[in-house]
Amino acid sequence: MIEFIKQPWAWYVAGPLIGLTVPALLIIGNKSFGISSSLRHVCASCMPANIPFFKYDWKKEVWNLFFVFGIFLGGAIAINLLSNPNPIEVNPKLAAELAGYGITNFNNLVPEDIINWQSLFTLKGFLLMVVGGFLVGFGTRYAGGCTSGHAIMGLSNLQLPSLIATISFMIGGFIMANLILPFILSL
Amino acid sequence: MQQNTDIEKDLQLRELDAMCVNKSHLQHKWYHNLKYLVVGILFGIVFVKAEVVSWFRIQEMFRLQSFHMYGIIGSAVVVGMISVFLIKKFNIKTIYGEPIKISPKTFNKGQIYGGLIFGFGWAITGACPGPLFAQIGTGATVIGITLLSAVAGTWVYGYLREKLPH
Repeated sequence: MIEFIKQPWAWYVAGPLIGLTVPALLIIGNKSFGISSSLRHVCASCMPANIPFFKYDWKKEVWNLFFVFGIFLGGAIAINLLSNPNPIEVNPKLAAELAGYGITNFNNLVPEDIINWQSLFTLKGFLLMVVGGFLVGFGTRYAGGCTSGHAIMGLSNLQLPSLIATISFMIGGFIMANLILPFILSL
Repeated sequence: MQQNTDIEKDLQLRELDAMCVNKSHLQHKWYHNLKYLVVGILFGIVFVKAEVVSWFRIQEMFRLQSFHMYGIIGSAVVVGMISVFLIKKFNIKTIYGEPIKISPKTFNKGQIYGGLIFGFGWAITGACPGPLFAQIGTGATVIGITLLSAVAGTWVYGYLREKLPH
């Protein structure tokens, strides 16, 4: 059993489990599944700076912070106790493309060749980690949600705005990955 | 009465572009939040075991080189849809006996502009907000910087909100 759990999980196992988070959160406390809001609650609790968008009773949303802290712990448990010792299998086409940028270490979920503390202070690392993170935080709040809130929760509730947002996420991702990221990686 | 309007105003503000609003009118002790911690842990384990938090999987997705992520998001949405349908059809209540409420979303142009911006960030970092937390858990401590930067991005959005087209 434990050997089975240690294998990477197939999409048809993981997808439905992620989908079940929607009814689980609704039933245990009437919460709509969403993760990016946690970033807003951090702003509201640490640095509201009199900005109306952050002036609300964030303590009523503290469940969301418990939830994301759980995701952090879950990541630690999975990697330390349930992890698969083999490198991540990558599509040969992607592996060939990445090798051209000097990315050959597929041992971790994050490409250590480019995302590490040393490269943080290079232009490439700054763009990948700092600018990338900024776009994630700014974009999700501007869009009113992320993959969880819009693509999964919103679509589950048949919301047209969430479909529009999800399509926009994908268009943005395709443009970046295929047209812009190659320049960043070749820096 | 005044107090009621204040509570209503606070709820509206929290609802504003937020996905998660506590609809419950019940007051609970803090340890009731531990159940969300447990759901988060299970969710984080799935994220890592299915490699949803892998930068490589996201690159494959945006290059149409793998079905994996499409299968995960697609099947998650189908299961979510069926669940929400059943909850509404059978008026399923929460464990505290409250009726389940899901607030509808209203369209604004932010979903397009913000969506595109988030898409850019998703393809660069290989992570949406959830996976950032899980990646840090897997020992990629430098992602903590990415997370702080995402908090900064959220803050700057709040600061510029009135001036941005919606």
